[in-house]
Amino acid sequence: MFELVVEAPLIARSRRAGHFVIVRADAQGERIPLTIADSDTSRGTITLVIQRVGVSTHKICAKEPGEYLEDVVGPLGKATDIRLFGTVVCACGGVGAAPMLPIARALREAGNRVVTVLAARTKELIILEEQLRACSDELVIMTDDGSYGEKGLVTHGVEAVIQREKVDKCVTIGPAIMMKFVALTTKKYDIPTDASLNTIMVDGTGMCGACRVTVGGVTRFVCVDGPEFDAHQVDFDEMMKRSGAYREEELARMAEYKTM
Amino acid sequence: MTAKERAQIERVRMNELTPEYRVTTRLEEVAQGLTKEQAVTESQRCLNCKNPGCMQGCPVGIHIPAFIAQIQEEHFSEAIGIIKESSTLPAVCGRVCPQEKQCEAQCIYNKMQKKPVAIGYLERFVADYERENGEIVPPKSAPKNGKKIAVIGSGPAGLAFAGDMAKFGYDVTVFEALHEIGGVLKYGIPEFRLPNRIVDVEIDGLRKLGVTFMTDTIVGKTLTIDDLVSDGFAGIFVASGAGLPRFMNIPGENLIGVMSSNEYLTRVNLMGAAESGHDTPVMRGKRVVVVGGGNTAMDSVRTARRLGAEATIVYRRSEEEMPARIEEVEHAKQEGVRFLTLHNPVEYVGDEKGRVSQVRLQVMTLGEPDASGRRSPVPVEGQIETLDVDEVIVAIGVSPNPIIPNSVQGLEISRKGTIVTDDSLRAQFTDPKESKVMFAGGDIVRGGATVILAMSDGRKAAAAMHAELSESR
Repeated sequence: MFELVVEAPLIARSRRAGHFVIVRADAQGERIPLTIADSDTSRGTITLVIQRVGVSTHKICAKEPGEYLEDVVGPLGKATDIRLFGTVVCACGGVGAAPMLPIARALREAGNRVVTVLAARTKELIILEEQLRACSDELVIMTDDGSYGEKGLVTHGVEAVIQREKVDKCVTIGPAIMMKFVALTTKKYDIPTDASLNTIMVDGTGMCGACRVTVGGVTRFVCVDGPEFDAHQVDFDEMMKRSGAYREEELARMAEYKTM
Repeated sequence: MTAKERAQIERVRMNELTPEYRVTTRLEEVAQGLTKEQAVTESQRCLNCKNPGCMQGCPVGIHIPAFIAQIQEEHFSEAIGIIKESSTLPAVCGRVCPQEKQCEAQCIYNKMQKKPVAIGYLERFVADYERENGEIVPPKSAPKNGKKIAVIGSGPAGLAFAGDMAKFGYDVTVFEALHEIGGVLKYGIPEFRLPNRIVDVEIDGLRKLGVTFMTDTIVGKTLTIDDLVSDGFAGIFVASGAGLPRFMNIPGENLIGVMSSNEYLTRVNLMGAAESGHDTPVMRGKRVVVVGGGNTAMDSVRTARRLGAEATIVYRRSEEEMPARIEEVEHAKQEGVRFLTLHNPVEYVGDEKGRVSQVRLQVMTLGEPDASGRRSPVPVEGQIETLDVDEVIVAIGVSPNPIIPNSVQGLEISRKGTIVTDDSLRAQFTDPKESKVMFAGGDIVRGGATVILAMSDGRKAAAAMHAELSESR
């Protein structure tokens, strides 16, 4: 997991919680969406938290301090709907903790009671713990292997909170499979839930349609209609399939990259 | 030379790469251009009509007989000079204009049952001749007037507008959302039809005129229109072009392998996905269906051929109603593209992995003319055919880019999502006291048109904005 602080004063000034940017590492690079974790308007910087997975993220994470990214464009997508809901559960897993940070902070500033459930497979993969603790009324940590916090999945943590107190809203960000099960959990209790989706994008500005998802039976575009949607309406199974559309090509390119 | 002698000359044929060769090369231009001798001979066919119909057929009113007369004398720089009085992007328009529906459609020869003068080929010839033979002469500009103008989008409308305003003496900045300048000329139209280097020469020309380009900047997101106004921009031209691709809302459209032509062409043209060393992937289907009958459909299907596919056009009307340029349809056929007209997809079927494997097609027939004046496609009841496919490219149009319409308060937007303007292309606001000097043109106003119409909008808006800003001085 890598944290990049990028000088982008115009984006730092105009971004809100929930926005993302499109980044290209170099002139041969792909355009990939990355959610903005934080910004500093006085220094004119935005913070991106990146998990190294494919060629593009490897290239971005290989940058040394002071080096340049080829392109950073944004802020893109719709900002999170920040209102006073009451008690909000912020359920995030893995790298999803990064985009959750500004949302949890904004929800707290709007007067909500924020309970954050931060989950990962194991202790080493827990990120932004202190930052999330600082902007939450309560932080629950869950690990699959029990190496830190409580043992169990994010859904166990969410369900425990729901059974303990009245929850008015849930926001979830993480791997698609995790968000799918968070949505199924909150649906049982009829708690309105938003999921922030991360799909394949090319331009990211509403031109190509690579990011389309089915929400409530209707095709929507994550880059301009999202990235947040009613989690109870999202077809996560379709979304997961579509995320793998270029898996073979991506693996081949990764193999090529490693020999470079 | 007498008129009779001129009329006896056969229309020139464009030199083209052979179909067998060109399906093996995505980067070489199919139409190779005319030689000097061919161009001069073709120019001699022009009868220099007193009331030239061709000029009325040209959206920007190029003085066609005058530039052709200069070619007859081999005065090529004079010829291009005449074109540039009216057109900003001659090398581009000579390649992509639908001449057969515009200038050449009005040529007197049509009435004499002869083929029209090859105006498009001649325009391209003189533009290429200038570029390849020494210095490009920058057009004359007025002295700088110190007024700042913002252009949103660097496609044909934005470039044409920027060029004219720079010539009028304004300090012009073009804001582009993507990482490349040129809009649809770069992400949309493939190399084999319009090489990027041709577009880059035009862009360099604008830089020499003093135009500044800002890539990766989305007005309405990175900056607002109000930011531009408070930064001292006296006028704003919105040329933000196409937005969301249209789909048909039929079952299976979100299967893997079904995509918009915008996605397919952007991957290949803008992102270099088909070249080695680039990170962006592109699907290389073996059996590709492209849905649609416009230029974008032809660009997509011909790209698919070049990436090794057996490629089919599926179009719901007949070939006669196809909106694509005739030349593109002909080229596609020569390259082995199969045309399945009077067929319309009704469903895509996927395999267990969620990849498209079949398309179900409704057989159509032609009924009464519809609002477009073309005979409307009507389903033939019960006639459904199934085709095995592994990739489908949907090229049935786009809706206008929503970013500016969504981000500017009080801007009048049509039901289709286009910006409403008056005849001079001035954007309309619900509040009549709104003081922003904002004009708009190209696809954001028209909802989907051609390069030349976008360019003509850019020129028209520039003239009108210049008049308005000169008055208010």
